[in-house]
This record gives sequence, structure tokens and C-alpha cells, in this order.
Amino acid sequence: MWHDAVLVAGKDLRIEWRSRVGLNQVVPFALVVLLLFGLALGPDAGRLRAAAAGLFWVTVLLACLLSVQRSVAVETADAGRDGLRLSGLDAGGIFVGKSAALALQLLVLEVVLAVVAALLYATPLSGIGLLAATCVLATAGLAAVGTFYGAVAAGTRVRETLLPLLFFPVVAPVVLAATKAWSAALSHQGGGGLGWLGLLAIFSVAYVAIGTVAFGALLEDG
Amino acid sequence: MPHAVRFREAVALAGRFPLLSGLSLEVAKGEVVHLRGANGAGKTSLLRTCAGLIPIAAGTAVVLGHDLCLDRQSLRREVGLLGHAGFSYEELSVEENLAFALRASRAEMGRADAALERLGLSGRVRKTPVGACSAGQRRRLALAVLVARAPRLWLLDEPHAGLDLEARAVVDEVVREAAASGGTVLLASHELERAAALCDRVVTIAGGRVIAPEPDEVLDPPIAALAGGEVGCDVA
Amino acid sequence: MNALVPPVDHGLLGESAAPHAVISSRRHRAELALRIVGVAGLVGVVLTVWLGLWVTPPDAYMGNLVRLLYIHPSMAWDAFLAYGVSFAASACYLWPRTRDLRFDRLAGASAEAGVVFTAITLVTGSLWGRPTWGTWWVWDPLLTTTALLFVLYLGYLALRKVPGDPEVRAKRTAVGALVAFIDVPIVYFSVTWWKSLHQAPTISPGKSDVHGLMAWTMLLSFVTFSLVYVWFVAHRYRLAGLQAREEAEGLAYALAERRAEGGAKAVEKNEVLT
Repeated sequence: MWHDAVLVAGKDLRIEWRSRVGLNQVVPFALVVLLLFGLALGPDAGRLRAAAAGLFWVTVLLACLLSVQRSVAVETADAGRDGLRLSGLDAGGIFVGKSAALALQLLVLEVVLAVVAALLYATPLSGIGLLAATCVLATAGLAAVGTFYGAVAAGTRVRETLLPLLFFPVVAPVVLAATKAWSAALSHQGGGGLGWLGLLAIFSVAYVAIGTVAFGALLEDG
Repeated sequence: MPHAVRFREAVALAGRFPLLSGLSLEVAKGEVVHLRGANGAGKTSLLRTCAGLIPIAAGTAVVLGHDLCLDRQSLRREVGLLGHAGFSYEELSVEENLAFALRASRAEMGRADAALERLGLSGRVRKTPVGACSAGQRRRLALAVLVARAPRLWLLDEPHAGLDLEARAVVDEVVREAAASGGTVLLASHELERAAALCDRVVTIAGGRVIAPEPDEVLDPPIAALAGGEVGCDVA
Repeated sequence: MNALVPPVDHGLLGESAAPHAVISSRRHRAELALRIVGVAGLVGVVLTVWLGLWVTPPDAYMGNLVRLLYIHPSMAWDAFLAYGVSFAASACYLWPRTRDLRFDRLAGASAEAGVVFTAITLVTGSLWGRPTWGTWWVWDPLLTTTALLFVLYLGYLALRKVPGDPEVRAKRTAVGALVAFIDVPIVYFSVTWWKSLHQAPTISPGKSDVHGLMAWTMLLSFVTFSLVYVWFVAHRYRLAGLQAREEAEGLAYALAERRAEGGAKAVEKNEVLT
């Protein structure tokens, strides 16, 4: 399984490196969303600062949806998922590999977004350790659920519209917990964020485990 | 003789549409079988079912000893499907695609260079992203993957389509070699004469099943002789 | 794997003759039971309406609003019952030993009922909240969880609508249901914690004392709406069964048609050859 996971993750990252879809499309999109939030909430610095953590994570979630769709499109471009199915790769390995590649791309995106959000919303980044730990745990959960539902939706002809409907409600706790943890870190109350980190860890572990076990059933019959 | 493929009244569905409507077919190990039939007759569905891509809804189907009703996954590394699509990633180069396919199926990497050479992909095209390749080159790549993997069961869907004369000759050669080394080949083709020269036997498919009863369409000896001496007519 | 379509030789979906009498008597009894449930449910609804709207007194604090007590909690209970049943049925489908398309149909039927009951719960809760809390919506843990559940299961139903091979669809949706259901405790826990960190504990709508006739009426509403749930689900389940059968019978025609296509071709070919 690990052999296959590394193989698939390497393949996905190499494709992203060549095509730069994430860098040239997803990152600019996320920046636009950050700007729009700024416009919607007005120029009041206090209000923006108070909402910064939440705006950041909603933006990440929207960008995550695009990344998941790209991750699915890579597989379905030539002959749907037949290639992956015929390849003889272990389904759990495919799941872990694709999730890991997605998570890595999201982490890079989050670093860029965090810096820009800090500037736009006049919010100095404090408690870097907690911020980073939140990102890692939340991203693992987002990537796992995203890859899972990406495969669920990929087998259907209504992929683009079905995916967000399935994906967003499930990751609602991630957005909530990550926002709370970030708020705690940004307002110098790092201790309050640790519990939320625990919740994120439980979520991520649960969904990585389910995905690894159940991915075969999804991949097989789309 | 053990069978490579044995279908009994197999039914396969796409939603409500029957792809296979009670298809029965037996193919012995080492046989080279030509599948023919009109468009939409079910040739591609049969090949895809043999590759374990389509579930069996009724009847039985056993491929290389794996019962497809129970398990459609473990045979994947033993069969090679050359389909209409190439199963390749556009952003990766020809050789990277080949390497990925071989690593994925746990095949030896050693044969990769020879396979590329064989299919005329060893030059500059080797480093070209597949997205920039022509349709014919993609097809050659797909065939190169099969050659390097050397599966036990070759499922070739219109292998000559879109290829130039030279590559067509290579396809013929590859099929002969596969048979000579004990592989079983199912070849769907509309090019009747070319396929006849390659195959031991013809199976006609229409309406999702085999309509010509099996062993009675063994090729006439003169045609088999034309196919070249090294191909044995080892029909069960 | 072959549960849906028996081998073609034996006549596709032809009724086997032997246990016919047994099946029909069992079906008869099931229908009778279902009819009794339906009638009891109907009587219960009428009784609940009568007791709830006319007989029971208005509450000292909440006035006539208290009458929502006879519908809102029982609807919420029905919704959770429905999701529980749906989850159990999905799990049964995924478990190889109990894999049966009937569980898939039960899961779907129950989830559909659950979504309807959740919608009623949200609407009645909101109606109640407006005069009590002064706002249509509060970010109460139970409310928020219920709202998320509603969206989660709308997604599940959308997934069920996606066409495909019945077995494939069943497996896909069962996995989807499992994933959605596991999210429920996580959502509830996180929302509860979120609130408790910030605001005063939640306002419980039923905090005024419930006595005598009111308690009985409320109990009646629970029983009644549970019966209604059973009746809904049983009918939806039966309808799904009929749909599956119709689909499978359509399949028999489709198969015959497909084979005839082959027959016609065969004749054609012979003509060409001769």
C-alpha cells in the first residue's frame, strides 16, 4: 500500500508541478475571495481582524473544492478512472497517495493565504506553532474527505454540482474547529486552541481511516 | 486444456442497458481469437468485462482462473487492455507514463527501453509530454505499456486503428510473439483479412452474445497457413 | 452479486412456483398489519390535533405557543429515529453477510422520511423560537446540528438519485451514509463546545412544567408520529421494491431486445454469405 501511495502522490505532484494549475488558478482564486470578503465586511479594521480566522478558513475550503476537482480531473481526463482501476494499484494506496498530494498542495496554498490575509486584514500572525499545527491537522481532514467525495462524485455525470453538496456539510466541523483554534492563537490565548486541535485530530484520523478502507468500493464501481 | 476465458450465459449491464445479453465463450490458453461484429455488437464490452471493469449481473465468467462474480480485482495485473483510450496523463512524458504504468502493475522496469524502441518511441518523442503527442503516438505508447508488461491475457480493441503501416506491422508482430510465448489474445477488429491472418479462430458477436457457435468457425487451413508457420492452430 | 438477475436460462425474474402460497399469505398479513398501523396513525393524528388544539389548556408563560410541544419534539424524535434506521440499514448492506438490496431500499426510504421530519422540526422550531427567543434562529447546538443534518442528508438523497447499476449505487450510497452518519457526533460535539465557550447555556424550549393532560398528549404525539413514520417508510420501501422490480422487468425486455438484435444480425449475415 505504501509503495502505491508514494507512487500516486509523486505522480500527482509531478503533474501539478508541470501544469501549475494550483499555482496559476487556485491560488489567485483564493486571493480574490480574500479581497471580496474584505469588500463585503467593509474597511473597518477591527471587524476584519475579528473575522480574519473564519474568513481564512472559508477561503481555504473554497480553494480546497477547486483542488479536489482538479485532482479528480487528472484521473478522468483520459478514459475516466479505468486507468487507475486497470493499473492494479491498491485502492487504499491510491486514496492515501491522492490525499497526501492534495494536502501538500493545500498546505502551500495556506502559507501564501495566511501571509496575504495577515496583511489585508491587519492581523499579525501570532502563535505560529498553533497556527501551523492547526493547518496540518485540518488539511489532513479536508484532503481525506475531499479525495473520498471526489471519488464518489467522479463516478457520476453530475460531478461538479454534487461534490460541494456532499463535501461542505461533512467538513463543517473542520471549519469550525480550525477557525476557533486560529482565533485563539491570533488573540494570544493559545491554550484555548489545544482542545480544538484534538477535535481536528480525531476528525482527520477518522476520515483517513474510513477512506483507506472504503475507497476500493468507490473506485471499483463508478 | 485449461481455459483462459470461460463465459457462460454472462449478462453485463450499463444501467438498464444490457451490454452482454447471455454471452457464452470459451477460449483456451494460448489461443488467438478474432472477435468480429458490427458497431455496438458488444465486442468492447466483452473485452472490458474480461479486464474486470464491468460487473457480471448474471451467469458466470471466469478469466485466468478468477471468478469475476466474486473478485474482479486480483486479475488486473495479469491482463492487459488496449482500449480506445490510452490511460495516460497528458502532463507526463511518454517515458514517465510508461514508468508509472509499470511500477503500478509491479512489472519489471527492464523491458521499458526495449518496448519504447520497438514501438518507435525511443527518439525525441520519449521525453515529450503525452499532451503534445499525436493520436498515433499515444496508441503506440499504450501498446508499449502492454509489451513491457507482457500480460498473460491480451485484450486488444481495434489495435490497428489510427496507426501507420509500420506500426500496424509491429502490432501484428507483437500479437504473434504474445501467442508464441504462451499468451492468450482476444482481438476485436473490423479489419477482417488482417485479423484472419493473425488469429486461430473467429468469434462473431451480435446483440451482446456470441452468435456463431464456437468451434465451427475455425479458419480454413490455407488461411491459417498464410498466417505464418510459427502460429499453431491449437484449438481445443 | 447475482441477487438481482437470476441466470437467463431459468427465465429472467420468472416467479418460482413452489413457495407461492406461503409468500402470498405472508404478504397478506404484512399488508393487514400495515393497514392497521396506518389507521392507528390516522386516529392518533386526529386525537393529537383535537387534544393539542382544543382540550389542553394554554400555558401560563407561553400561552398557545405551548401547543407546539405536541408536534415539535415528536418530529425531532422521528427524524433521529429515521436517520438511525437508515444508518443501521446501510451498515447491514455493507456487511457482506447481510448484503441485500432490501437494506439499501430501507435506508433510502428511511432517509427520505428523515429529511421530511427534519424540515418540519426546523420550521416548527423556528416558529417557536420567534416569540420565545425573539428571533427566528439561534445558534443553539441542537438546532445547528439539526440544520447540518438536514443538509448532509439532502446530499445523501442527491447521491441516491444518481443513476447507475443498482448494486453499484447501493454500495456507493451506503458508504456515503456511513460517512455522513459518523459526522453527526463530531458536529454535535464541536457545536456544543463552540457555544459553551462563548454564550450562556442553551435555552431549552420545554422548560415550563408539563403536567397531566399535556404530558399525555405529548406522549400520544410521540406514539402517533412514530406510527406515521413506520407507515411512511413501509410504503416508500414497498414503492422502491416495485420500482426495482419494474426496472428488472424492463431489463428482461431490454435483454430480449438486445438478443433479438443479435438474431437479426445473424440472419442478415447468413444472407450475405449465401
